Amino acid sequence: MPISSLVSPPLGDSPLGDAFGADPAVFDPSSPDSRPRRSLVSRPSISDSVFRSVAFSAGTITVLIMLAVGVFLSLRAGDALGVAGVNFLFEQDWSPETKKFGIASVLFGTITIAVIAMCVAVPLALGTALLISEVAQGRLKATLVTLVDLMAAVPSVVFGLWGVFFLQANVIPVATWISTYFGWIPFFSVTDATGQALTEASAFTSSAFIAGIVVGLMVVPTQTSVMREAFSQAPIGEREAAFALGSTRWGMITSVVLPFGRGGIIGGTMLGLGRALGETIAVYMIISPIFTINWEVLKTGTNSVSALIALRYGESSSFGLSALMAAGLVLFLITLVINFTASSIVARSRSGAESD
Amino acid sequence: MTTTHRTQATDPAASAGPSTLVMTETAVELEADLELQAAFVRHTTNIPSSEGIEIGPRRRMRAARVDDQFNVFGALAAGVAVAVLLFGWFGPLSGYVGFVIVAFIAFIGFYALLVSLKSDWQEVKDRVMSVVLSSAGVLLFGALVFVVAYTLVRGQEALPHLNFFTDSMELAGPLDGLELGGIFHAILGTLMQITMALIVTVPLGILTALFLNEVGGRFARFVRTISDAMTALPSIVAGLFVYSAIIVLITHQRSGFAASMAITVMMLPIVIRASDIVLRLVAGNLREAAYALGSTRWRTVWHVVLPTARPGLATAVILGTARGIGETSPVLLTSGVTAVVNLNPFEGPMISLPLQVFDFVKSPEPNMIARGFGAAAVLILLVLTLFAIARLIGGKGPGDLSRAQQQRVVAASARDLKRITVAADRRERLAATTADAWPPPSAPPTDPSSPAPTIDLSTKEPSS
Repeated sequence: MPISSLVSPPLGDSPLGDAFGADPAVFDPSSPDSRPRRSLVSRPSISDSVFRSVAFSAGTITVLIMLAVGVFLSLRAGDALGVAGVNFLFEQDWSPETKKFGIASVLFGTITIAVIAMCVAVPLALGTALLISEVAQGRLKATLVTLVDLMAAVPSVVFGLWGVFFLQANVIPVATWISTYFGWIPFFSVTDATGQALTEASAFTSSAFIAGIVVGLMVVPTQTSVMREAFSQAPIGEREAAFALGSTRWGMITSVVLPFGRGGIIGGTMLGLGRALGETIAVYMIISPIFTINWEVLKTGTNSVSALIALRYGESSSFGLSALMAAGLVLFLITLVINFTASSIVARSRSGAESD
Repeated sequence: MTTTHRTQATDPAASAGPSTLVMTETAVELEADLELQAAFVRHTTNIPSSEGIEIGPRRRMRAARVDDQFNVFGALAAGVAVAVLLFGWFGPLSGYVGFVIVAFIAFIGFYALLVSLKSDWQEVKDRVMSVVLSSAGVLLFGALVFVVAYTLVRGQEALPHLNFFTDSMELAGPLDGLELGGIFHAILGTLMQITMALIVTVPLGILTALFLNEVGGRFARFVRTISDAMTALPSIVAGLFVYSAIIVLITHQRSGFAASMAITVMMLPIVIRASDIVLRLVAGNLREAAYALGSTRWRTVWHVVLPTARPGLATAVILGTARGIGETSPVLLTSGVTAVVNLNPFEGPMISLPLQVFDFVKSPEPNMIARGFGAAAVLILLVLTLFAIARLIGGKGPGDLSRAQQQRVVAASARDLKRITVAADRRERLAATTADAWPPPSAPPTDPSSPAPTIDLSTKEPSS
């Protein structure tokens, strides 16, 4: 690539060898045919061809492993999907033994938890990313960046422990308060089967709300680092122009940083959403699984696809495993779509954000 | 500033005499013009003399004024006072969380009010949003640090017992005290599983990243797409894959090997992606310099690309390891739960730290929960250590060397210089002896393209 760009236009398409061979200034005219014309095709050395083939085979092995996961999942999921058909997406119950199973309720639970997680995570991540990239200076900034990266590496089981042993007990008053004063909004109410409002603490444990808060905290570091990176790429010229026109810092943020970082905000949010949908162990530790669609997010009982797999894999027959595979495949496809959309948005915003 | 200037210039009543103002302005301009021309003719930069001008202390651009600080503290005091009043005397409100929320909202309100006494709407917005952003940061970091600190503090109950690190749970039951039993088996299991995963992941991941960057082509783009897609794979699905492909079909038992395979499937895309980014950051002119000197592709990779990217690659691997150690859900399906030390990865269940934490806290016994927190604290400390090592290695940019590394580089380049000079010398002598064999008669001492003489002088190389 670099070589072809170095060739000057007059040489055009003619081969390099011809151009040099015809040039009398380069070759001694007294001995025109003393040497045969040099071939410009490079002969790879042995070490090069070994390196090439080793690297190629490493790439091939990686692809084979990855494709094996995808193909195996699809093939095994095929059994269950063939039996359940389209109903797989609309059936709430999960009993593969009686051929009556579907992911409507678990998928609904997964999405509820992820949406609550986003409600917790996105404002926090946005605020912290702006704080780090625009407000904090010098040493504090470096420390905060390190802390965010560090928090992304904290194991999920630690978040699960905190959720079960600390947050559960301390967040129930908040949940009760919300359901008392905002119960007129349908999904904030907590009612029993007869529609009577519940107030005792036991009705608020192990809810999608608590799981959502914990998962939200888990994905904040991912989102923050993506957003911070996008914000710090906002062009310095536009920033200074905003200041020069008399803008305050917040005015500069709203008129320069946020528009330029929009791709980063959307992409970071979606990357976090992908992680939130796939989170298993913290959710599994907190929720109490049910197999009905529960609109009341503050009420005990929800479910998620990954928790379903963790719960049922051991006792499953071959067909039951296939059904779990189908559920896992659906989850994988959702996170795949979200991740690819997110990374394309981030990439596009990065290439478009350049201006001088 | 600009607005006041404009009104002065355009409003005739404001200034004493517009004509004189214009006059002086043009005179000044003319003088400056002349000076500029003189400077231009002389081709020198005209630096005004700083003699006699007093240099004051440097101004701090971002310092908070005293009344700014008073605004913050005053609003804080007012906010807390309002919350105390509402919660203690007037309102029917209760609870810590509610108190904090009410105090915060009151604080923001009072702060806006105080700022608006002296400033306009834009500045009020700016100040209030700065405070809101800072509080988002404080809330987030407070929560995250609290999550870690909570585990570490609750782990204090189990950690002081030495047997917690040296014993397995083989002889300890759920009702036994903390002076019996430990997590030795889980620590060993974690180390063995992560080692096995690293043995596969590191060579395969880095080679694949090299393939993506140094070889390239259409297939490389396909590999990159696939490995990006795999970063989206939920960890539990990776575990389910290994469970149904390896355990159910082939080995028929859970083992450390199966767990390490599940961790590998999770870690591989992370390591590939991170190393890919690091390798892409290696400056292109370094590579081109290597190629221009005639090195082959492999030698360029081995001597230029990999050494330059070494800190970044180490960081990528360590961060991948930290993620791999913390993965619970794939291990939950594949490794099995045991209370004894198992050193055979292919036979029998082999528990790891995160799974041991999960298993401990399922029990209602307080001693088991204390053990769970202890194991979680050990896990956190392990991850923190790995992260600190990664920072230590990866904190420096590519080419940013320590003193010892610098010395080594200087020594190596001196060695290279010596080698090249000796080789050039030999070639020269060879050319001199066989000068009549090949047409172009070279004139070594006067040929400017031959670097040998100058190098001989500078390095005091004995050329004779």
